[in-house]
Amino acid sequence: MKTLPPVDVAIVGGGWTGLTMAKELTTRTSLKILVLERGGPHKTRDYLDNMDELDYAIRLRTMQPIRDETVTLRHSLRDRALPIRQYGSFLPGTGVGGSGEHWSGISYRYYPHDFRRLSHIVEKYGRAKLPEDCAVRDWPISYDDLEPDYERAERLMGISGKAGNLRGKTIDGGNIFEGPRQSEYPTPPMKMPYLAALFRDATRSLGYHPFPLPAATTSVPYTNPDGVSRGGCSYCGYCERFGCMIGAKAQPSNTLMPVLARLNNFEMRTSAWVRSLVFESSRVRGVRYMDSNGDDVFQPADLVFLASWTLNNTRLLLLSKIGDPYDPESGKGLVGSHLTHQVSVPAATLFFEKPLNAFMGAGSAGIAIPDFDAHDHKDLDFVSGGALYTVCYGTRPIANFGVVPPSVKSKWGADWKRAALHNYDRTGLVRFYGEHLSYRGNYMDLDPVYKDRYGDPLLRLTLDWRDTERNLVRFVTSRAAPVARAMGASEIQPFPGLERYQATRYQGTHLQGGTIIGANETHSVVNMYLQHWLAPNLFVLGASAFPQNPSSNPTLTAVALTYRAADAVVQRYLKHPGALA
Amino acid sequence: MRRARRHFLKLSATTLGGLLIYTLDRKAGRVHAQTASIKVPLRFFTEDEALTIAAAAARIFPADESSPGANEAGVVIYIDRQLASAYGRDHYRYTQPPFEPGVAEQGYQGKETPREIYHAGLKLLGRFHSLPPADQDARLKQIENTVFFSLLRTHTIEGMFCDPMHGGNAGMIGWQMIGFPGPRMSYFDDVDQHYGTTFRQKPASVAQMLGRPVTPGEDTET
Repeated sequence: MKTLPPVDVAIVGGGWTGLTMAKELTTRTSLKILVLERGGPHKTRDYLDNMDELDYAIRLRTMQPIRDETVTLRHSLRDRALPIRQYGSFLPGTGVGGSGEHWSGISYRYYPHDFRRLSHIVEKYGRAKLPEDCAVRDWPISYDDLEPDYERAERLMGISGKAGNLRGKTIDGGNIFEGPRQSEYPTPPMKMPYLAALFRDATRSLGYHPFPLPAATTSVPYTNPDGVSRGGCSYCGYCERFGCMIGAKAQPSNTLMPVLARLNNFEMRTSAWVRSLVFESSRVRGVRYMDSNGDDVFQPADLVFLASWTLNNTRLLLLSKIGDPYDPESGKGLVGSHLTHQVSVPAATLFFEKPLNAFMGAGSAGIAIPDFDAHDHKDLDFVSGGALYTVCYGTRPIANFGVVPPSVKSKWGADWKRAALHNYDRTGLVRFYGEHLSYRGNYMDLDPVYKDRYGDPLLRLTLDWRDTERNLVRFVTSRAAPVARAMGASEIQPFPGLERYQATRYQGTHLQGGTIIGANETHSVVNMYLQHWLAPNLFVLGASAFPQNPSSNPTLTAVALTYRAADAVVQRYLKHPGALA
Repeated sequence: MRRARRHFLKLSATTLGGLLIYTLDRKAGRVHAQTASIKVPLRFFTEDEALTIAAAAARIFPADESSPGANEAGVVIYIDRQLASAYGRDHYRYTQPPFEPGVAEQGYQGKETPREIYHAGLKLLGRFHSLPPADQDARLKQIENTVFFSLLRTHTIEGMFCDPMHGGNAGMIGWQMIGFPGPRMSYFDDVDQHYGTTFRQKPASVAQMLGRPVTPGEDTET
């Protein structure tokens, strides 16, 4: 093993959270900051060549190479875990920017009640309403605590949207159920493609409260507080699974790297595959990684940030033996608990007579209705929320050709072809994203059988839906059909229902848990500043801190929490290194 | 890993999409009869195998009186190049043992690579391309629940609608049939217009949009 000269700060992972932390530390201190990233560099101009559906959206060439490492999955303790051998339900990106390069850019704030979810449910409905096995928690911070950091994250990215609650005053056209905002979104809402306009008008006519999705695919040219300028979105329809070829979609490569690349106390080291953190007597001494030559390298560091996404944050803590692994049978241990995904389904597939011109769009050009998040669940057989929405991300043909109405029975041949051609640009989705509660039986640990390319154990997911999620989906599917009819659909295919957790159907790269945030060390892995309770010089950034999935997408909250952690590091930790809480 | 032999697929020029003329509203123009044939070098299949796969793909996505099908788009050429590439050797899958049967929600757990799946599928198809269409359909019906058929159907759609640099979608006939314009830099002025009416533009490939060649993945991977 080769030992390198020490650095002040090592950050594992070059995505949204790692690079936001890097930017705060490099611009506000004189420390030497090193980011270790497993993949390669990304540049906006490369994304022009990447506007190819087959290589990028089907063969997934910007994702972490699954041949090198995957996860295993089982539904319960009784089942045998097997590797997810090809990507399906989530798509982790690789290279500088991570999944923040190929994301859709939908950028919600969580609701105030999401931060006190356990108390909220108990106060409203009583403890008996909690599902069996439920592990939902309150966060140790409130919406109001995080509001200024949400605003910083939105300004960083230039989020497009319309406020629904400005300093307590509700505003029609925005999300009227959102927590109070101190200021309007940095940029106005996106243009609405046809399907989204149909959804907006239909839901309004039915008494719902449609609002434009908050979008990191910025609607107009925008210069952020760091002086980084980006152009406005051109609605080319190559967002999710692609990097933006004009830099309109906020990505770490076009939003954070322009600041970092000109600072000489910053180093980005790519092709560095971190295998463990070296942990001795309550301190992390540094990071072990394999470099591009296959050499085993030790990089000493005074301060270490783990920012390698939910699954890898958890796996690296387990591989490094920092903290006790969670055991669902005894309830002991913490690392790996509270694994959640997100309930994400096509609530209804709509077939229209008119063409939709659906090749135009953007990853977050769409409309949602928040009414089911604010619903009274007293008489319902679930407590969770979520939103029906339509997003026009730009339909591409390989992934979307072949969908035919339920009246057509064949899957190949002349009849199928004729129907599939006719319906190709006449098919749209009313989608649903919903809350995934945490349960004692859904968790992560190290797989006893399968290994990665270096022989380290894969992460094992034990994960399944409960009746809460199934009932939630049944409810919203029933509400989607009248919306679909009001949109003018001539045929409607409802979602058949959630059964077991599927690794094969894409749901979103929104996984949470494993290193959860909390007010005390007996119940959580990190404190309210994302500092590890057992190692004061280690911070764990990202959605691995979330004790449950609060229905909407996690990125903005992960970045806001990173700002909050950065303030605590700069203002307090660096002056007096030690536990902050 | 190329085989030490050269096989060519002889195609009548009329079957290649580049010579077909399609109007943007999807109506077939006049197809000019051509006598010349074109020899396409094969990278993975033998000529006989290519004819078999081409015939099967053409039953999945057949040409009819209103529009062309898998043969005209060059689907078999697309499949041949994919199988010859790293993809054919399972470059895009986690392939560490042990291979165990799982439940459907865990995804495909088979050990076979795409190349091996095709070799097994070719055995299932037999002398497929010499059968009359009705018998071909009956044969496909028998195997439609196999991994091979599912992969062939997926590849047929990929070959119909991929960027032409990958060998399929010749002349962008697949894109013309569905009104897909290919990658474009901007729809800023159009995205909130044309509500409920057909908006179609002449398709362009990635290379045409950029004005320079782009290397497809199958030619770059080792």
